[in-house]
Amino acid sequence: MSLSFLEGLRFARVDSPLHRADPRAKFAMALSFFASSLIFTNALALLALFALQIPIALMGRIARRWARSLRGGAFLAILIFLMNFLTGQGASFSIAMSLRFFCLLSSFSIFFLTTSPDDLGLALEQCKIPYAISFTFTTAVRLVPTMAMDAQEIIDAQRSRGLELERGKLLRRVRNYIPILVPLIVCAIRRSLEMAEALESRAFGASERRTSLIALRMGAGDFAIVALSIALLASSIYISRSFQMPSLEALDSLLSFKWGFAQPAALGRIPKA
Amino acid sequence: MIEVEGLVFRYPNGFEALRGVDLRIGDGEFVAIMGENGAGKTTLVKHFNGLLKPTLGRVLIDGVDTRDASVAELARSVGLVFQNPDRQLFSETVREEVAFALRNFGFSEEIVSKRVERILGMLDLSEYADTSPFLLSGGERKRVALASVLVWDPKHVILDEPTIGQDHLQKERLRDFIMQINDQGKTVVIVTHDVEFVAEAKPRVVLMSKGEIVGDGRAEEVLSDRDLVDRASLIRPQISELADSLSDKGLPRGLIDAYSARSAILRLLRERHVPELP
Repeated sequence: MSLSFLEGLRFARVDSPLHRADPRAKFAMALSFFASSLIFTNALALLALFALQIPIALMGRIARRWARSLRGGAFLAILIFLMNFLTGQGASFSIAMSLRFFCLLSSFSIFFLTTSPDDLGLALEQCKIPYAISFTFTTAVRLVPTMAMDAQEIIDAQRSRGLELERGKLLRRVRNYIPILVPLIVCAIRRSLEMAEALESRAFGASERRTSLIALRMGAGDFAIVALSIALLASSIYISRSFQMPSLEALDSLLSFKWGFAQPAALGRIPKA
Repeated sequence: MIEVEGLVFRYPNGFEALRGVDLRIGDGEFVAIMGENGAGKTTLVKHFNGLLKPTLGRVLIDGVDTRDASVAELARSVGLVFQNPDRQLFSETVREEVAFALRNFGFSEEIVSKRVERILGMLDLSEYADTSPFLLSGGERKRVALASVLVWDPKHVILDEPTIGQDHLQKERLRDFIMQINDQGKTVVIVTHDVEFVAEAKPRVVLMSKGEIVGDGRAEEVLSDRDLVDRASLIRPQISELADSLSDKGLPRGLIDAYSARSAILRLLRERHVPELP
């Protein structure tokens, strides 16, 4: 069992134009992709949205790690597809929902892979967010790899005690995760309590106003990123409202799954109140 | 029998943790694997129950290649106790925690309860059977983790840093316990930094450094070898330092524990005094 999915959200220390860009601009870009993928329910549009992120990942020189995080998310994507498909949503819609998940994952994967936790904290602070909040946020991001290590260690320990995660039917498989999740949560709580004590003994929050050594400044390139992000979001809204997108609905009749009873038809007959 | 042949292991990030390890541990042996942080000790023992599979070379457990068996199958004969009990305890009571592995291996409820009671008794945990493992002290949690593995009676027992967080009395009890199960014929492998613990228990010592085995022999030989011990970033037992500094007075080298040092010093004193007697 691998945790490559979390690995794909971990900052990669390489040099690229995207790494040098202002974290606020990159955040705007991630948000724009995030919002756009929530606007569309059309598989082709979501595919285009996804394809748009490929050159960005290449530019950031993080394509391999980015791909790894997507591969890690593949299981969830399949689950999303099945959940939709088996509840009678139709193949094209189910595919679109899986693609939407990939778009969301990808936009934040690119953001976190190219933004160091330090930059992130700096950006939050300079957006006038109280230090306690920005610190909490950056600490959470920093703790992701630590928790991934904890999880791996816990999985190893439980497998050594004969736990077989991939055994049994679906319900049994879900239950198999209890021996993993309980120690993981307990460890996280213990760690945060210890951290709180350590922070307090180092006079956390003693000064109201903190100044920072490095000041962030938006350059021309950063403004270009923000402008393009706004343009992307605006055109997503425009396209979704004014065009009928070609869809994959032909798939629906080819691939269809129905439970023993015909749900949609039955629902249609219920008189509206 | 645990056989390791030409074992090389590379982590996915490219770090080569083991660089050609050959090791053979016979049934019923008592072995301590020692070495600096990052020497590859834990990586090595994680190969013994198949949690990690060799990049190159192979590991055989009683003749079975670890690549051909699942972790659960190997775990039946190789019990691995991890360093940090907090990364495995999850049940509501100590009794349930200890029974977990037995249920995974499909033992009947009757055998489960019999074995659980017995191991709790052996490890001084009976009074906590219905307590939540999270309410116990660090040392007690460590013993629960130990019980949760020994309960299925594996033929080979691997303990990763068993002495960490234990006070002196508990360490002594742990040593007696290890000796006891070793006397019953179990292979016991401990991974440890605790030189004094090893000096008293005197197992075979396998010394590792930077992914390789640099020393292998009786505890007296390995732990009194200054260069070898330095190389593995360990410090020799205090008795060994003392024996060295008194070697010009006739104290033999290779002493590592207080008991044998005492008899050597007494012998020395007797020899010195005899000629002066009338």
